[in-house]
Amino acid sequence: MKSPINTHHTAKSLPSQGRRIVLAGNPNVGKSVFFNALTGLYVDVSNYPGTTIEISRAALGDDTLMDTPGVYGVSSFNDEERIARDIILEADLVVNVVSSLSLERDLFLTQQLLDMGKRVVVALNQYDEARANGLSIDASRLSSLLGVPVIPTVATKGEGIADVRAAIMRAFDATPPSLDPDLQRLVDRLEAGTPAERLMVLEGDTAVAERVGLPAGTEREALYAVRRTRVNAIVADVVKESDQGATLSTRLGRLMLHPFVGLVSAFGILAALYYLIGDLIAQQLVAITEETIMLGIYEPAVRGLVERFSAEGTHLHTILVGEFGLLTMTVTYILGLLLPLAVGFYFFLAVLEDSGYLPRLAVLVDRGLAKMGLNGRAVIPLIIGFGCVTMATITTRLLGTQRERTIATAILGLTIPCSAQVGVILGMLATVGGWKAWAIYGATMFTVLVAVGTILDKVVPGKSSSLLIDLPPMRFPNWKNVFKKTGVKSWGFLTEASPLFMLGALIVTVLQISGGLELIQRALAPATVGLLQLPPQAATAFIMGLIRRDFGAAGLTDLPLSPDQVIVSLVVITLFVPCIATVTVLFKERGWREALTLWLGSWVIAFAVGGTLAAILM
Amino acid sequence: MPPSPSMTLDQARKGDRLLIQAIPDATVRVQVVRFGLSIGSLVTCQSVMPGGPVILRRGLQEIAIGRDLARTIQVERQAS
Repeated sequence: MKSPINTHHTAKSLPSQGRRIVLAGNPNVGKSVFFNALTGLYVDVSNYPGTTIEISRAALGDDTLMDTPGVYGVSSFNDEERIARDIILEADLVVNVVSSLSLERDLFLTQQLLDMGKRVVVALNQYDEARANGLSIDASRLSSLLGVPVIPTVATKGEGIADVRAAIMRAFDATPPSLDPDLQRLVDRLEAGTPAERLMVLEGDTAVAERVGLPAGTEREALYAVRRTRVNAIVADVVKESDQGATLSTRLGRLMLHPFVGLVSAFGILAALYYLIGDLIAQQLVAITEETIMLGIYEPAVRGLVERFSAEGTHLHTILVGEFGLLTMTVTYILGLLLPLAVGFYFFLAVLEDSGYLPRLAVLVDRGLAKMGLNGRAVIPLIIGFGCVTMATITTRLLGTQRERTIATAILGLTIPCSAQVGVILGMLATVGGWKAWAIYGATMFTVLVAVGTILDKVVPGKSSSLLIDLPPMRFPNWKNVFKKTGVKSWGFLTEASPLFMLGALIVTVLQISGGLELIQRALAPATVGLLQLPPQAATAFIMGLIRRDFGAAGLTDLPLSPDQVIVSLVVITLFVPCIATVTVLFKERGWREALTLWLGSWVIAFAVGGTLAAILM
Repeated sequence: MPPSPSMTLDQARKGDRLLIQAIPDATVRVQVVRFGLSIGSLVTCQSVMPGGPVILRRGLQEIAIGRDLARTIQVERQAS
């Protein structure tokens, strides 16, 4: 296979039968909802370009429907665009979902698809929202200007879906509209590749040019300018704007960017997160799931079962149901403690993503992040990092330069606690001193984050890119999407974390049986007891933290710690080395030198900062 | 009447009607042309974050531009 879409995406191996129908559109135009409506299959729905890189396909009658990442045009500025480009190049027909709210932007892609010579069906989505905002669009006029079917739709309500399906089948028999004569001449001059590939070559796409064996062209800016002029003329012809005023969602979106209101609402969102995860889940729900259900009912039952065939004191007994037992501690931590926290966090993240708030947050924090050599966009991987640092490390690809990726990756690996760990941290902080403990912990992490970012900004060579993003409309989250997304992510957490937890528990138990655990605890004592002023058993939590940090954090919950010790140990476990999965990704994404530096640096920084804090507090 | 209608985008104020005159960075030019902005576009300054990005509006579409980038973009303030 020649296409580079295969790297780590699903696109290659899935069967594709019949004709290839491809769903394409700008980010946040309701493309994923559209895919669901057309096929009835689940797709991950997200509101930020960069978070849905999975490609979905499904059967549509005898043909195959493929989704693509949301893009503003067919080119190769980033991963999403390269993937979308390759899928579109091989499409027999493109269903182009455009937002009625931003035709000037969306029709650029439409016109580009037509310039590629593709058969296109345009779904004019969010038609109701456009009307509510005082826009009236002449769909049949648009259809005759573009030369392809244009169908008004409201995908979230299922309106127009049947018409689109019918239009797809009809469009296969129609001839695509002919190209502009000037463009046709340019395309004809090239002697290799399909018409679509030739356009990519003319627009200077080096990857496609290499594939078809032609030198990359230099016509991009000229072609884009012609396309822009044509789209503007079309929009001027078909869109009538009445002065009806902005809708609630438009005004809400603007309010979120008011310098003062925006800041207050950002803090409000943080407070809501603290209440949901730190209080409601970590305190009240976990009291039931961990204490009552797992420790009260489940563990005695499983211990009784195991003791039928394995007596207390035997190695098998210790491994299965001992202090770090595979069936006791591991299962209790995963199901009783970490899963409720992970579910809560993924739910919160899904609401934020679905509402269109994240790009606005990027604008709010742009100034601060600029001081660390990043732009506001980096807030996306940082927020995703609170869910899973591994995933976030991959997401840093959406940043403009390698320099930004280095800085963001370091900040992620060091200072961002992930999913269940956040819950454990919030919960432990709440029990020992609420807001005061939270303030000390927060201030310490913030200081480290700013210090690391500022230093890296000074020492990492190169120049960072500036913020340049399109702000999607704010909307009320679609609960179906939110719940499905939370479910998928939580299941992913269970299947990914459980084997690692088992491994960690097994290693710790073997160390315990062989006496190695005590040796390590004694060897680390100068650091744990001397420097951090923690009990020697804290070393066990750090060993578990080598496998996964949330596992290590969970290990801290069982230690008898004073309030100050809790804060110190939480700071250390947060700054501690990234989990095994993250390290693997780090090596792949950033190379061994950067990965190793970060891994070793985490040890040093975690213990240095923890030691300093211990000296101040105790 | 402001003394000089021609300025860089970072000097824009909320509510300004602006005509985009020059975008020196070719990559940025290509990217914003896809969003719907090009040399000669007429936009409204929706909001300016203190020391931070400038938010431009055209129709219902909003685009945020970082301060560093805004400093390089030449615009002309239009009489409203």
